[in-house]
Amino acid sequence: MYKRSAYKLAAKISMTAVFLLIGILMLLPFLWMLSASFKNTSELFRYPIEWIPDTLNTANYEKVWNGAVSFSVYYKNSVKITFFQVLGSLITSSMAGYAFAKLRFRGKETIFLLYLATMIIPAQVFFVPRFILFDSLGLVNTHLAIILPGMFTVLGTFIMRQFFSTLPGELLEAAKVDGVGYWRMFWQICLPLTKPALVTLLILTFTWHWNEYENPLILLRDRDLFTIPLGLTTFTDENGTDYPLIMAASVSALAPLVLVVTIFQRWFVEGIASTGLKG
Amino acid sequence: MRDKTRENVAGYLFILPNLLGFAAFILFPMVFSFVLIFTDWDYLKGMSGFSFAGLGNIVKLGEDPIVWRSLLHNVVFSLTSVPVALGLGLLLAVILNRFVYLKTAIRTMIFLPYMSSIVAISVVWRVLYNPSQGPVNSVLKALGVDHPPGWLSSPDWSLAGIILMTIWTYIGYAMILYMAGIQGISKDLYEASEIDGASGLKSFLHITVPMLKPTTFLTAVTLIISSFQVFASVQVMTNGGPMRSSSVLALYIYEQAFELRNMSYGATVSWLLFLFIFVVTLVQWRSQRSWQDQF
Repeated sequence: MYKRSAYKLAAKISMTAVFLLIGILMLLPFLWMLSASFKNTSELFRYPIEWIPDTLNTANYEKVWNGAVSFSVYYKNSVKITFFQVLGSLITSSMAGYAFAKLRFRGKETIFLLYLATMIIPAQVFFVPRFILFDSLGLVNTHLAIILPGMFTVLGTFIMRQFFSTLPGELLEAAKVDGVGYWRMFWQICLPLTKPALVTLLILTFTWHWNEYENPLILLRDRDLFTIPLGLTTFTDENGTDYPLIMAASVSALAPLVLVVTIFQRWFVEGIASTGLKG
Repeated sequence: MRDKTRENVAGYLFILPNLLGFAAFILFPMVFSFVLIFTDWDYLKGMSGFSFAGLGNIVKLGEDPIVWRSLLHNVVFSLTSVPVALGLGLLLAVILNRFVYLKTAIRTMIFLPYMSSIVAISVVWRVLYNPSQGPVNSVLKALGVDHPPGWLSSPDWSLAGIILMTIWTYIGYAMILYMAGIQGISKDLYEASEIDGASGLKSFLHITVPMLKPTTFLTAVTLIISSFQVFASVQVMTNGGPMRSSSVLALYIYEQAFELRNMSYGATVSWLLFLFIFVVTLVQWRSQRSWQDQF
């Protein structure tokens, strides 16, 4: 018996070692990027790979952050756009989710079915008509063209509706008898109870929008309006084969997100696992 | 009676902000995009540039070899990346769940690629794949491969290169969904099979895999839908080349609509993409139902 548990312990420890190795293997592209960003072009492709460069050359980061267009511009734009998209999604999805789950009004089922039916339509279908729409409104090359459509999400509405449905109906009946209005019922009674769903939605919408590439690519033209992914590709195109510089830009684009995901990993994992849906 | 009216009004008011966004950015564009199939639109002439084109765009679609080649690449892309990611994700999830310490830390390491910006990791992989000096080929040469592939600069390997990177990002996603699915399997089942003397492999094949079918279905559907829309990695890594060897539909739609300004034709191709995703999802849905009937 004792022998068996010792055997199990040894097996678990060796399996842990194997999995640490797998984990590091998964991170190798990131580690290579980080190491390359401190090199100069002549050191870059040396083999065997020098994971820790002889000299930590920070000139690449200087160029990324203090160059003609600093990455801080892209960060400012990404933060601003994502903030309004996430905030808007939280508000519109929770309000509509509450109504779809708890209120009776004419046409409710039809409208909701229509919502669900559009979920299977790929984003590419919307690119051309949205471009034409924003072009005719004079909104092409403005942040508003990215923010506005990002403030609504069918999937988010669906998630919130599912969550509101789990709240007991008696709660609302009792409030109704006491003469509580619909808005107070939503704001003071229901919303505080849906915090877990709101956190999930926050995580999901943040993940979808922070890395968003296609919409800004199609709708933005001026460099000082670009978001991080778009700024990165522009920077990459301009610097051709100066790979260490490009790696410094990639590190600059990835590092904050990696940090956020690592710190709040439990929330991200739960958010993705609970809905299983990819943006 | 008045209560009912009040509830109706409240209901509409609550969904109003959402409904406006839905109408403006989903419903209207959808209808508009569909109408575009039957038009020819000269972008430079503005709103007066519309003209009726009948089925012209659809005929053009049927005769456009690049469309069908791109669609084929999409199919290859999905049929390779999704099953491999599902298999590896399941394997990692099962072992990680029971037989490993430092579970959380390792889980985070494996799913970081999935969370990262596709654009940024594509920029990195483009350099890793550098055919003459990049680390991927340096390692392959060191391992005794005399003529390693040209990866992104070779028509034979460009798509494979993108697929490999995609698998690397999908694994973490599949693993997380499987780990959540495994939590839902009752421990009693395993204990019962252990008493019956079943080996670990047997209980994996006869308990874990069948019990995880709903998870497999959900993960497969979401990954297939998103893999059919692959765009950023292709655009950044190869831009569809060399010689269209890695062209996919989403990229072709972008090229037609926004680089060549063939807005109507771009919209037409986007509906082909929709049709394909729709059919594939429907087929999956049906096979899922026939699976369930067996139990």
